[in-house]
Amino acid sequence: MNFSIPTISFILALLASGLTSAHAGEHLYSANNPKWKTECSACHLAYPPQLLPAESWRAMMTQLDKHFGADASLDAKTAAEISAFLQANAGRNKREATGKSPLRITETRWFKQEHDEVPARVWSSAAVKQPSNCAACHTQAERGDFSERSLRIPR
Amino acid sequence: MKHIPHKLIILLALAATGLAQPMFALTAADTLKQLEQSAKQTDPTFKGVSAQRGERLFKTTHGAEWSCASCHSDNPAASGKHAKTGKVIAPLAPAANAERFTRQDKVEKWFRRNCNDVLNRACTASEQADVLAYLMSIKS
Repeated sequence: MNFSIPTISFILALLASGLTSAHAGEHLYSANNPKWKTECSACHLAYPPQLLPAESWRAMMTQLDKHFGADASLDAKTAAEISAFLQANAGRNKREATGKSPLRITETRWFKQEHDEVPARVWSSAAVKQPSNCAACHTQAERGDFSERSLRIPR
Repeated sequence: MKHIPHKLIILLALAATGLAQPMFALTAADTLKQLEQSAKQTDPTFKGVSAQRGERLFKTTHGAEWSCASCHSDNPAASGKHAKTGKVIAPLAPAANAERFTRQDKVEKWFRRNCNDVLNRACTASEQADVLAYLMSIKS
């Protein structure tokens, strides 16, 4: 097979952009919906929709009365609007290799790869306590900014 | 602009601020009255609210892991902290936080969710009235 240099460059560029969106990326999430922001941030950070596949969000939004051990139920209209927003902006590359669709962001293969350099003592430190506490290190997480420049690992 | 009367401009400005600010349809006292009314209608044994009963309900566990105070703290005039996520929760006592118990939809939503978490069931209207009476007895 003979590929011209422009074709090869094109393929390499495509591969690189795919890798970027799956792993490094800009780590900036701008999708917004006022109801999502208000309701989901009532108890925790409003996790960006891109961090889970659409299947996970759909499943989560149908069992809000049993939401990780707490009742987070909403009226049907609000739940439907938020669910549609989450699914429309869901991640597309982050499913587990097993084909399962996990509900916990911290259990996705993507999350584990991104955080594989974080030592155990940081996860269990008083400032972090649990991996779902994004804002402990991602200081601008509430604005959807998970970039390295806003990252501060608490001592 | 010259021809628009000043009064109209002031009215428009007031209307705009009104829209921008959260509108409190009720006061906490109104909400308490509504809950008392509902308790009278649904519970024939209801003989009026009790802040003491409300405090007991608030501070003790009821067979589940959490009490109300687990997240809202033993002092509802101070900020609380979500028992699971650690997120700071604004004070629940109306004296410390004027927005509390001023919107019926929010009152219903949070009693529904939190009673389910704390008591594994819905709270009765008289229980809700007792808790609100307790919260309103706290001076910040």
